[in-house]
Amino acid sequence: MRDNGRTRVILVVLLLASLTFIALDSRGSSGPVEGIRSAVASVFGPVQRAVSGAFRPVRDFFGGLGQDQQAELDRLRAENDALKLKVRTDDYTATKAAEFDKLMGTAGRGGYTILPARVISIGAAQTFSWTALIDAGTQDGLKVGMTVINGDGLVGRVKSATSSTAIVLLTIDPKFFVGIRVEKTNEIGAVQGHGLDPMTLTTFDHLTPLSIGDRLVTQGSDLFAGGVPVGDVLSVQANAGDVAQRGTIRPYVDFTSLDLVGVILVRPRTDPRDSVLPPKPSASASAGSTASPSASGATVTPGATGASPSASRS
Amino acid sequence: MTFGRGLLVAVLLGIAVVVQTAILSPLRLPGATPDVVLLVVVALALVQGQTPGMLAGFAGGLLLDTVPPAEGALGRWALVLCLVGLLAGRLRDTAERSVFLPIVIVAGCSALATIGYAATGLLLGDHGVSIPGVLSALPAAVLYDVLLSPFIVPAVMWLARRFEVSTTYARVRR
Repeated sequence: MRDNGRTRVILVVLLLASLTFIALDSRGSSGPVEGIRSAVASVFGPVQRAVSGAFRPVRDFFGGLGQDQQAELDRLRAENDALKLKVRTDDYTATKAAEFDKLMGTAGRGGYTILPARVISIGAAQTFSWTALIDAGTQDGLKVGMTVINGDGLVGRVKSATSSTAIVLLTIDPKFFVGIRVEKTNEIGAVQGHGLDPMTLTTFDHLTPLSIGDRLVTQGSDLFAGGVPVGDVLSVQANAGDVAQRGTIRPYVDFTSLDLVGVILVRPRTDPRDSVLPPKPSASASAGSTASPSASGATVTPGATGASPSASRS
Repeated sequence: MTFGRGLLVAVLLGIAVVVQTAILSPLRLPGATPDVVLLVVVALALVQGQTPGMLAGFAGGLLLDTVPPAEGALGRWALVLCLVGLLAGRLRDTAERSVFLPIVIVAGCSALATIGYAATGLLLGDHGVSIPGVLSALPAAVLYDVLLSPFIVPAVMWLARRFEVSTTYARVRR
């Protein structure tokens, strides 16, 4: 009986402590809570980096199993057969190099100076927030608010950083908003993430009609580097009398298999406009091949990643 | 609560958080991420009872709330896992009746945690939380936790029991 009373007191104390933490943190004041977070992050970050690195081959083997099972399974079987051949000639490093070349190609076309980084961990799906932990931090020159890309397009924005790791808020997070510009028509709008559901687009001008397949790039602003490819228009809903046009977007980046990313450290002096988008007619065929020769304009900052050997290669 | 016991709990929770965030979550399994911290909390509570279970849940929850890439308000997992530890600890005597009951308890706790975490998100006005989203994540979360539990729960319970036994012996000898 006495034990029950003690349990009740401890329960009440713990619940009140949780609620106090929640209240302190939700007010958005970046005081003691951020301090605790960064202290914990600097203790666990290196361990997470090491463990994640050690398990990378296992993860690449299982990587991206999921979302769309049957189609994915068929695709993977075909891919697996092709890969078996490749593995014999130890092409693992070559595919990583190709991924890196693609990233550098994108960075080169935009004239961005990027810091390559790898994804260590991704936020749990049942928490409904879409974040990724990357293995680059303030000691590599990264700052909060910088734009993060990969070879396909916009990945997200740096949300917080420690000396050796940083958290990236992904484009598909519901808290993520980015200003965009439609290729050629130059119409501007805003895109918001919705987790695994398609992202939504709102444009501010109903006179220039949106059409399905239109390609979107980021609008350069204080917050974002301009010209980064975001996605294609998937559907358009035009409401008569509504000033804005709404639609959904298919992002270029595959968020289920995120690995190598680049943090844009320095933007070009002029907005690259549409030049980062790959040439349109061969869009599907050229996914892997466009990038390789054009890495000339990009500047690499050798980071803490294993990507540096291929940096000297290109 | 002895020092050795506290150390064991801290080490187990630390390992669980690293396994969950650095190995399992990057696998991007469809639907949800297996909750290793929850399994460790349940296993500890099934051996040590409700008060230590509650404390372990609170500590594990705080770790999950702070270790990157955690994003939600600090204290949400702590609140939910504290209640999970209490529930599992209360069921300690019941659980000993059968081999399957701990698995049922894991399933129940996993569902409670998923719903509880989503509910705190709804109350705080998190944009990402939606009822259909929770309903689709729930079966996956429960399934993964149940599938993982035979690998984790007995091992943690065995370790925790060894500690109980060795500390009691030490006390008797003194």
